[in-house]
Amino acid sequence: MAPVRLSALEPLLWGACAVVLAVLPFALSTFQVVQITVFLIFCLLAVSLDLSWGLAGLLSFGQAAFFGLGGYAYAILCANDETPGAALAAGIVAGGVAAGLLGYIAFYGRLSAMFLAVTTLVVTLILLQVLGSTADPSYHIGAAVLGGYNGMTNIPSLLPEPTPFFWTVGGLLFLLIVSGRLLMAAPFGRVLAAIRENERRVELLGYDARWHKLAIFALSGAIAGLAGALFASWGGFINPEVFSLAQSAQVVIWVLVGGRGSLYGAAIGAFLVQAMTQYLGSIGTAYTTLVLGALLVSFVLVMPNGLLPTFLRGLSSIGIRQR
Amino acid sequence: MSDASAPSSAFQNCTASAGPAGKTLLETRGLSKNFGGVKAVTDVDFRLGRGELRCLIGPNGAGKSTFFKMLSGQLPPTAGTILFDGSDITGEPPHRIARLGIGIKNQVPSVWDGLSVYEHFFIAAHRRLGARRAAAVADELLMKLGLATLARRDVGALAHGERQWVEIGMTMAQDAKLILLDEPTAGMATDEVERTVALLRDVNVSTSLIIVEHDMQFISMIAGIVTVFHQGRILIEATMENVLANPVVREVYLGAGRPGR
Repeated sequence: MAPVRLSALEPLLWGACAVVLAVLPFALSTFQVVQITVFLIFCLLAVSLDLSWGLAGLLSFGQAAFFGLGGYAYAILCANDETPGAALAAGIVAGGVAAGLLGYIAFYGRLSAMFLAVTTLVVTLILLQVLGSTADPSYHIGAAVLGGYNGMTNIPSLLPEPTPFFWTVGGLLFLLIVSGRLLMAAPFGRVLAAIRENERRVELLGYDARWHKLAIFALSGAIAGLAGALFASWGGFINPEVFSLAQSAQVVIWVLVGGRGSLYGAAIGAFLVQAMTQYLGSIGTAYTTLVLGALLVSFVLVMPNGLLPTFLRGLSSIGIRQR
Repeated sequence: MSDASAPSSAFQNCTASAGPAGKTLLETRGLSKNFGGVKAVTDVDFRLGRGELRCLIGPNGAGKSTFFKMLSGQLPPTAGTILFDGSDITGEPPHRIARLGIGIKNQVPSVWDGLSVYEHFFIAAHRRLGARRAAAVADELLMKLGLATLARRDVGALAHGERQWVEIGMTMAQDAKLILLDEPTAGMATDEVERTVALLRDVNVSTSLIIVEHDMQFISMIAGIVTVFHQGRILIEATMENVLANPVVREVYLGAGRPGR
């Protein structure tokens, strides 16, 4: 998996994306704007996983947990009359702190990569159980009633109007991808890539690999928390389903389908898979899960690297140079 | 294969590896490592002078690589102490030992297949230097090792000998006081071995070296004092001539056959 280096063309691509994001709401119906907004929120979540998994090789099934915690933090603070802005910040902190704690135990305890994947999944499922068993109104944080499997409703939105909210989410995704790409090309990002390839070698050069892994994992969790807070704000509800096995796997599937390691692939994967799920749901087929399962299996078999890397390799094989 | 040759001035500096005359740089006392009931290294007292170039030899399983892994912090010793440059580094984690000035190339080439040659040297140098100076060190090493034409290639795509050089180059970029090389010429052709010898003599001008090798031709080209490991202990420490003449060494290590590749 060759690290993609920034080319001179990349800022042009950024510019094009910025223009598309800016004018898109004018070309779409309000319903479509709202729909695409949630796709972009999932793109944020997918990119957050790609930062830890694609760049540093840290596979986590806990991205849904950080996402859900961010959403609950947002909902709880809003219910306690904090401003949506402060609640959004709390969502970021919740995701980051949760990832930081898990990461600290895993990395400083020198636990294996497999352990990280299993632990993050187990923690997510524990959160599903715990929040699911808060149906009794006595479970509340301040004025926020957790509501068990029914979750929390009537969560106020960050921005009530669809188009400004779309621009906010799109702008955040844009910023995340651009700064993530710059991070990947920076020395810190190169050290993370080196850790992915051979961690021992990095340590033998004097780098503390644990600290580097913890930093990117916490950052990744914070971004997932941001996405979760935006999600709660988008729909006005949150329930423990965000901690389900399906949700945890979904994030990994997005990144697998799009192709990991470039950030673009993760965003493309999340967008396409969610758009497809939406489409299958809208034509009323009962086989959405079946089709998605078949899609995943065929990706693993035919394009194990994912869409974007396969596409780029196709371009270079017909004579268009990468880089 | 690339065409650059190591600096010819290297050959004039053989005296740097004359013997353990200098101040002590590294010392182990009673160093031991057990894996369950297996004694990989037993009670090793070892001393290396500043500026020295020492070769370690011994049959497979003699404990050489385990000894290296303890020196670099990859394995915690079961007993004994390691003193390096005036401080006790026993049981310290690898990154802290590396910062104190020990660089290592492991037996199995350990590089970053998805990263370029340039990035290897840059990351190695960037630990202690700012980005600009690390880039300068990386460029210098690319020239010195004759890898300039491969600078942007992924190391995963390189030939075995080139990968070995990349790893040796990383230890050089670290600016270590002591470099441990576990079989640096394994899998190299004769001309590559000769270039490596020249390169290591050049490195030895400013850095102490301990080299594990099986290649007798290489050792006779480079070594001053040779330490022979056998069954986890030091069997003998002497010049290559004396080691080869020693009947016990001939028996345990070289067998009945004559030395050679």
